[in-house]
Amino acid sequence: MSAIYRREMGAFFTSGIAYVFLAVFWLVSGIFFFTGTIMSNTTNVAGMFGSMFLVVLCLIPVLTMKLLSEEKKNKTDQGLLTAPISLWDIVLGKYFAALTLYIIAESIVFVYAFILNYLGKVAWTPLFGNYFAMLFLGAAFIAVGLFVSSLTENQMASAVVSLVILFVMYLSEMLVASFENGNRFKRVVYKVVTSLAFYSRYIEFTRGIFSLTSILFFISVAFLFNFFTVKVLEKRRWS
Amino acid sequence: MIEVKNLTKKYGSKTAVNNISFKVEKGEILGFLGPNGAGKSTTMNMLTGYISSTSGEILIDGTDILEEPKKAKAKIGYLPEIPPLYVDMTVDAYLNFMYDLKKCKLPRKAHLKDICARCMLTDVRHRIIKNLSKGYRQRVGLAQALINRPPVLILDEPTVGLDPSQIIEIRTLIKKLGKTHTVILSSHILPEIQAVCDRIIIINKGEVAADGTADEIAKNITNEHKMVLRIEGPTHTPEDKREIADAIRTVSGVKYVRADMEREKGIYDYDVETDGKTDVRRAINKLCAEKGWNILMLQLSDLTLEDIFLKITMGEGISKQDDNNSDSSKPKIAIKRTQNGKLKAVQESDEKTENDASQEKKNEESKNNDGGEE
Repeated sequence: MSAIYRREMGAFFTSGIAYVFLAVFWLVSGIFFFTGTIMSNTTNVAGMFGSMFLVVLCLIPVLTMKLLSEEKKNKTDQGLLTAPISLWDIVLGKYFAALTLYIIAESIVFVYAFILNYLGKVAWTPLFGNYFAMLFLGAAFIAVGLFVSSLTENQMASAVVSLVILFVMYLSEMLVASFENGNRFKRVVYKVVTSLAFYSRYIEFTRGIFSLTSILFFISVAFLFNFFTVKVLEKRRWS
Repeated sequence: MIEVKNLTKKYGSKTAVNNISFKVEKGEILGFLGPNGAGKSTTMNMLTGYISSTSGEILIDGTDILEEPKKAKAKIGYLPEIPPLYVDMTVDAYLNFMYDLKKCKLPRKAHLKDICARCMLTDVRHRIIKNLSKGYRQRVGLAQALINRPPVLILDEPTVGLDPSQIIEIRTLIKKLGKTHTVILSSHILPEIQAVCDRIIIINKGEVAADGTADEIAKNITNEHKMVLRIEGPTHTPEDKREIADAIRTVSGVKYVRADMEREKGIYDYDVETDGKTDVRRAINKLCAEKGWNILMLQLSDLTLEDIFLKITMGEGISKQDDNNSDSSKPKIAIKRTQNGKLKAVQESDEKTENDASQEKKNEESKNNDGGEE
């Protein structure tokens, strides 16, 4: 696993994806930080973290798009699958490489906190809460992106499909918003969709509620999709 | 070392590999031969655990590849048809990655240096693989397979894309490796298989069509009642040709004689077919001695590996059951032997008459020529 992790980290930087990802992430989050916090003369970072949901959603497919699709296209998966390692090693090596880069990216919030520290008093507890919420949200999204990447040989298809899936998950809540007070069937649909919703779970944290169930939910999603990825690789072998 | 039992692979309703069984002993170099789409690569992919088999069993040194994949894969070095290279890495970085991936415990620097030297990569170690030529990439792929000194090497067309001198170097390397490793290699270059491999398995339409050394395979499908003679007459004119052909026809047991082309000045070749029961060589020799003709060459229908390959794969196919009664009722071989560019698969090892000595010498010569032309 560590060999794949290290190679993948190297590949992020040699292929330039890391630079694009970090640059865009930091630029956009910087804009949100400036407009949402500094210009509003507040040390409340909730607004920034709230806006970051969409940034994470849009950027994670860039991070994951080539992780497995490229391997299949270049037939390098043959080297990995015939090496004396398990499929979990392959999937988790790649997963944690992407997660590491993501953590590097989102850790920029500590730079912002440092700046805020000069301007006023920073509420550290909600900041840490939001930081971890964002981390686990990303962890779940990366697993989804990695799973989509395992399904195709085409990087672009992988990126677009992951983006669409994440977006639909995000929008599904709004679609069923009116179902809350409908008939029984509608209420069931509403309950199912909202319990699977990412956005409202995430936004809870920005309101200062640290929900362990939501963290657990994100971790479960991450685990589940990594499991699916392993199954896809396994199925490819058996088909 | 490697044991394959009733291996079958189906893609939906299409059978890619059908009930293949074979065994490879330690230190043996086995050649896989077959036309495109015969199932060579599929078989190799199954041997290395890249894909699973539909049914059947693969044991690598007694370890089942599907039941204990990690343990079995640790024993295999695999060079796929397309080397699995990360083109944005340097050769050194890539080999280090494979070293880690294979959990190699050998001293890193010395081991990688040794492998690079063996695969002639020392000059390009710090270059990015993207910028290397096909030949170098192939060698990086081979180097990758050698990491951790696996007892089994599986090489899918290892010499593709190399220039002639590199091909010879790689062949020598494979031969050397064959002393310490068990090697399976596939190729469509017949002389290569013949030069490198101890044993050949010909695969056609997903089935083992022939298994054995080149000589054994040839013997099994050759029809020994056909031969080519080169006889020098007294006058070196077409008159000779008629006379000699007529004379041979009178030898008992000869079914058919056809005077062939003029191979040397005034000297002709004769295709002789016998009834398959009588050995007419002595009679012909005696006849020529009486008449004062010189036999310059006598050759039993010699199948080159190419002939065998074509014969087996063009659908005429031999079934393995025929192997035992190889003397009688063999299919006739219509493929003509050409003068150049082919290697002999069968040589007459029976007692030779004195006159054959010159013929033998000729054979040696032509063989040497062939060797040079590979």
